[in-house]
Amino acid sequence: MVKQEHTDSIWILCEIKEGRIIEASYETISRAVLLSRKKKAKLCALALGYNIERRDLQGLIEMGIDEVYYSDDVRFAHSLPDDYVQITISVLKKHKPDIFIAAATTFGRTVMPAIAAGLNTGLTADCTDLDIDCKKGLMIQVRPAIGGNIMAVIETPLHRPQMATVRTNLVSLPNRTPNRRGKIKRINFFSSKNSEPCSEWLDSTKIGSKMPLDKAEIVVAGGRGLRKAENFSLIRKLADELGAAVAASRAAVDMGWVDYHHQVGLSGKTVTPRVYIAIGISGAVQHLAGISSAKSIVAINKDPSANIFKIADLGIVGDLFEIVPKLLQEIRKAKGRKR
Amino acid sequence: MRIAVLVKQVPATEDVKIDNKKGTLIREKSEVETNPTDLTAISQAVRIKKTIGKGEVVAISMGPSSAIKTLREALSLGCDKAFLISDRIFAGSDTLATAKVLSRALQQLGPFKIILAGNKSSDGETGQVGPSVAMQLGLCFTTYVTSIEKVTDDFIVIRRLTETEYERIKLKLPALLTVTKQVCEPDLPSLRNKIRALELKIPILRATDLGIADSEVGLKGSPTKVMKIFRPKIFRKGKIIKVGNVRKAVKEILLFLEKQGVSSQW
Ligand SMILES: Cc1cc2nc3c(=O)[nH]c(=O)nc-3n(C[C@H](O)[C@H](O)[C@H](O)COP(=O)(O)OP(=O)(O)OC[C@H]3O[C@@H](n4cnc5c(N)ncnc54)[C@H](O)[C@@H]3O)c2cc1C
Repeated sequence: MVKQEHTDSIWILCEIKEGRIIEASYETISRAVLLSRKKKAKLCALALGYNIERRDLQGLIEMGIDEVYYSDDVRFAHSLPDDYVQITISVLKKHKPDIFIAAATTFGRTVMPAIAAGLNTGLTADCTDLDIDCKKGLMIQVRPAIGGNIMAVIETPLHRPQMATVRTNLVSLPNRTPNRRGKIKRINFFSSKNSEPCSEWLDSTKIGSKMPLDKAEIVVAGGRGLRKAENFSLIRKLADELGAAVAASRAAVDMGWVDYHHQVGLSGKTVTPRVYIAIGISGAVQHLAGISSAKSIVAINKDPSANIFKIADLGIVGDLFEIVPKLLQEIRKAKGRKR
Repeated sequence: MRIAVLVKQVPATEDVKIDNKKGTLIREKSEVETNPTDLTAISQAVRIKKTIGKGEVVAISMGPSSAIKTLREALSLGCDKAFLISDRIFAGSDTLATAKVLSRALQQLGPFKIILAGNKSSDGETGQVGPSVAMQLGLCFTTYVTSIEKVTDDFIVIRRLTETEYERIKLKLPALLTVTKQVCEPDLPSLRNKIRALELKIPILRATDLGIADSEVGLKGSPTKVMKIFRPKIFRKGKIIKVGNVRKAVKEILLFLEKQGVSSQW
């Protein structure tokens, strides 16, 4: 028996940055399309933003969304949760979806728990997989549990909507069907009585990332094996020479050797490069969770029994402090010859 | 200014062993520690109090009785008071139910001008409890805070990190903030505080003290249910090359990179 009344629709949250729908939200649509086929449910998207590119909204229809609900308002110009959460809750209360999902971005992970609390329903964080349990008609939510050592299958039997945030960079973007028909509706909400928001955006500084990690073809990653902050420059130098992005294990990030946005793994990013070079990384399951779809993996580790060797295509057992400087030298030499 | 810090005790080891047959946890020595990010939150709270010049910092932890240890640590780091929220009926609570309990405790022990929490625990890593508590209490909130730039009696200015930028946000107080480890370097306990931590009484609040019914918490009060667990499989057939000398190792790597078409771009 389902406790909360609902309709048969599946909703996704479209995150909008500077007027454009972000790619992670499109990935969420790929997931939702699959769910809606199994459930034969209507697919709806909620897009709250400012100066929204209209062809992005049209694009949602081509990707398989049946109904797009949007609001274009200056109060959504910055990703502040106040109004965003309130208005989303009121829209969801009105439309009563069965399922509501969002990408597990910093924004999704910020507003979704508040929205779930407002609706008094469950939310599963950072799912790696979503499916439909056809017998029960419930959404199957798969996420790492107990420190990522195992996966848990989670369901929300009685509360609606069933909510989840979904890991990004795991599935491909949805196919488009040009001229697919659907509804695009502007939401009118009552301007809330207490219209002065409690938080205010002051300014932003873009983080200068030479090479975005999640799109990189080559990734050089360093772990605790580097021993201290100064040594992490070895990773940066090698990445520079190879035109690669810099990545790190959680241990390296925790030591403060490198920023969090370089972290790869369960609680960091998922990467899908052609070559992933893991240096001084033991290969904990949580780290492997972020690299299992890399096309190839090279590992340098002095411990022959390190877990990373179980998944490396090329495993080099040896001391990184001897190997990496020499490798740098050889690459520079090779480049010099060609020039 | 009264500041609350939400802290959690977590397993100290990342290598939890699993019984493959039964699919359950093997708890060898159940070592525990304070969630590292929460230590940062504690130190930050104490610093805010010092900046403002008056007030108190209250550490609150929901967990089993062993979490007293975590609260003693909080006191040794300069918190003025500590409360343990503990009851058998809380076991098995998901993030919504946990946030419900913490909200109720904050209401009872409050009012607080600022509530700080780590942005996530090192064991569950959902990051959901902070925002959920904020919503349940109707508080202004933000997440992923990397530094605190200014605090007054009425507002706070923070920096936070998203995928693409550092944002500066001004929040009216009262507000709840979840902080990352970047927010400050955790302090070391002073001898005086260590002694005080041992002497101070840490009250334990039960469900009945907070007016919580057992239908609201634990497995019963949790909308999400764990149906089963399984081991993730990572398939790959790797080959290891043990290279005795560095030159040969480097050669192997270069050869591999060439095969992958990396060096063709040089
Ligand atoms: C809920 C949860 C989420 C997590 N999420 C993540 C995540 O997203 N990403 C992540 O990476 N981890 C994550 N972890 C942590 C993970 O369990 C490991 O602790 C972490 O990956 C270890 O990092 P490491 O491999 O750099 O360090 P270690 O495990 O300490 O490995 C260091 C390695 O370096 C090698 N080494 C040392 N010196 C040298 C040398 N001179 N030359 C060559 N090799 C050397 C050692 O042999 C060792 O194998 C998570 C843990 C939990 C509980």
